[in-house]
Amino acid sequence: MLPRLFFGYFAIVMTVLALVIITRKNPVHSVLWMLVLFFHVAGLYLFLNAEFLAAVQIILYAGAILVLFLFVVMMLNLREEIVSERFGGAWPLGVSVGAFILVLIFLSTGNFVQGPVGKYSIEAIRAETQVKAVGTLLYTEYLFPFEVASLILLIAIVGAIVLAKKRS
Amino acid sequence: MVPLNWYIGLSSVIFMIGVVGFLIRRNIIVMLMSIELMLNAVNISLVAFSHYLQDLRGQILVFFVITVAASEAAIGLAILVALYKNKAAVHTNEITEMKG
Repeated sequence: MLPRLFFGYFAIVMTVLALVIITRKNPVHSVLWMLVLFFHVAGLYLFLNAEFLAAVQIILYAGAILVLFLFVVMMLNLREEIVSERFGGAWPLGVSVGAFILVLIFLSTGNFVQGPVGKYSIEAIRAETQVKAVGTLLYTEYLFPFEVASLILLIAIVGAIVLAKKRS
Repeated sequence: MVPLNWYIGLSSVIFMIGVVGFLIRRNIIVMLMSIELMLNAVNISLVAFSHYLQDLRGQILVFFVITVAASEAAIGLAILVALYKNKAAVHTNEITEMKG
């Protein structure tokens, strides 16, 4: 019963926060509500026994990505943007497309059949500690994707500098 | 024990709110934030599957999603700053160069 109450709290709060984020007029308010949402996502990760990911979520999303968003929102002068119309002309179409796809997903999740479980049960992870288990998998089986991820980050750094640089 | 379907439901609801936000808003900053919302929804479902199928590969995939989200935010915001410098516009209906 108690886990379901926890989940219900997280689900309701996260849904409401997501709706608040996409409807605020001022982008600064959206960014700050997004911070609250990311903390709730981190709480849900803790609830699912993913401690390391919860830490990464707070450090990377709340600490890095949202600060980047806040910097950009503050750098651009958005005073006249706030008073103008916030939704595009075709917003009923967008909402109905989203609702339709959501109904399709809900109809299809009823037929979900769970596959066979793997070897990382809670006891096995607890015996090895979670960070060690994730790290071992990341640096052995997923070493090549890990290197590719570093290449993606390098390209992002170079691309951001090139795009934001002043043309002389 | 919470059923796995609840997590899938929560994840799809947040994903669809992200999709709708991306479709209906005109402010590019909020559109980029809707993309982050969608990526977070996918992360929730990946971690839930990882927990219920007792396999850590879902969590590894979340790392890569977070990497891509970080670089996407950096590049997207750099494009936004360049756009604002050249046109002083962050609304999508003011950007009509590609319209025939």
